[in-house]
Amino acid sequence: MRSAARWQREAGSFRQGSYNPANAWRFARRSSDQRPLPVLFPTNPRHMSQMLLQTPLCGWHESHGGRMVDFAGWKMPVQYASIVDEHLATRRAAGLFDVSHMGRLAVQGPAASAWLESLLTRRVAGIEPGRVRYTLITSDAADSGVAVLDDALVSRDVDAADGTPRLALVVNASNREKVVAWLRTKLPPAGVTLMDRTSDTAMIAVQGPVAIDIVCQLCDPLEAAQIRQLGNYRATTATVAGQPAAVSRTGYTGEDGVELIVAAAAAVPVWDAVYAAGASAGLLACGLGARDTLRLEAGMPLYGHELRADSDPFAIGLDLAVNLEGRSFPGSGRFAALRDRPAGRVRVGLAFDSKRSAREGNSVWHGDREVGVVTSGSFSPTLQRSIAMSMVDRDVATAGTALDVLIRDTRQAATVAPLPFYRRLAKAPALQP
Amino acid sequence: MAAEMRFAKSHEWVRPEPSGLATVGVSAYAVAALTDLVFMQLPAVGRRVKAGESFGEIESVKAVSDLYSPVSGEIVEVNAALPNALETLGKDPYNAGWIIRIRPDNPTELDTLLDQAAYDSLVKSQPH
Repeated sequence: MRSAARWQREAGSFRQGSYNPANAWRFARRSSDQRPLPVLFPTNPRHMSQMLLQTPLCGWHESHGGRMVDFAGWKMPVQYASIVDEHLATRRAAGLFDVSHMGRLAVQGPAASAWLESLLTRRVAGIEPGRVRYTLITSDAADSGVAVLDDALVSRDVDAADGTPRLALVVNASNREKVVAWLRTKLPPAGVTLMDRTSDTAMIAVQGPVAIDIVCQLCDPLEAAQIRQLGNYRATTATVAGQPAAVSRTGYTGEDGVELIVAAAAAVPVWDAVYAAGASAGLLACGLGARDTLRLEAGMPLYGHELRADSDPFAIGLDLAVNLEGRSFPGSGRFAALRDRPAGRVRVGLAFDSKRSAREGNSVWHGDREVGVVTSGSFSPTLQRSIAMSMVDRDVATAGTALDVLIRDTRQAATVAPLPFYRRLAKAPALQP
Repeated sequence: MAAEMRFAKSHEWVRPEPSGLATVGVSAYAVAALTDLVFMQLPAVGRRVKAGESFGEIESVKAVSDLYSPVSGEIVEVNAALPNALETLGKDPYNAGWIIRIRPDNPTELDTLLDQAAYDSLVKSQPH
């Protein structure tokens, strides 16, 4: 007999010790009965650990039908009414995401740029204020020579009043404490300060073809024009709905849009203002469920799934995140060896004809040979079929290769597909066929 | 023998038909909680199931759930159109949204299941 508990563990888990369906879906077991009686529904937030961290928007999520789960120790909404509706709203109009659980770190001081650059896989010392870069954070690992601690966005703010550089790091919620602990061990005695600003601030993402329009309604014309002119991976500051905000043209959905960082006390007024301004345009609040399906369609890696401590960034396709030219960082020697002598499995997309989803951990087969493992999988609301990302042997990694994925007890046919599955068009928000 | 609809604690419903068969589906409460249904796996006609045994699965965007047979018997019909029209489960879970029909081994087995009132109490007591 197949156990529902086993299937629930396989299905759709965020591996970062966080959204695990086994936590979210309650099972009752009577002492007189050996069978689990599955109760299909998410646990009541009242029963959830009172130790969970809450963003300033937690009350809003709960009062608007948010189904709350434990995500990396935060009480977060996985969905409001429908993951598919939230996903499609983001592709067609706009989605509003509370991403305040992510770690926001501030690095300052005369030696800040050089110090931080020595610990990231990208250069930061020479970047200008307003530039954002995607980077990995690595540490030395005795056995393998390198451990990838996280992927992150690093940006340079306007210099402090005394002319010293100010940099910011946005890290995954699940890795915040680990990254802070690591960085603290590397701080010099003077010249650099590191502050965890996560609880002082909030972060709100507005993503979709009309996201920028909506946010610009809440700014004065001059700042609205600045936001519209922001290039990808660029940031500025603006007053949004009367609140000071850092505005970056970044996101985790594959759509145009911005991520706003505001003071914690400003979170609710800014969220309310964006929500109201976007209502007539079709903006929906979106939970972590839609966040996952959107990033999967966009082929973006998730730490704990595509990216892990022992990952080869080149094999995952993150070449752009690693700059080895004339510089070093923890593990750079190992990364150079991996770049020069590629080996091991590589990341590919898998497209299915059916709507049955592969999930992390499902094995991938080429005939009788096991050739890989799924790292993320879900139904794709845009493509109306299931998709997945997986690590597979290089000889079966060519687009068009026919593979099978073992989903529970059944082999499901899949085809290797190039990433991303979805790419937004420059002008019209059309969906890929 | 129960003449009206009965419910399993796992939220499947079963209704005895005049023909002697029992029709099985999932309750409106179950459907509303699942949301975003994308896939359903139906069993083969002719398969035998025991009460409490999984006869298929239903998948939403976020998770997969087993479907458990409320009674023991032989599956004699499946609603083959349903997997391609999962919205029917939301619109009409107790009629057009039927999932399988079983020839029960033991019709009195239905009496051990929850009646409407008991199931309604169960639903009210669910944490939500």
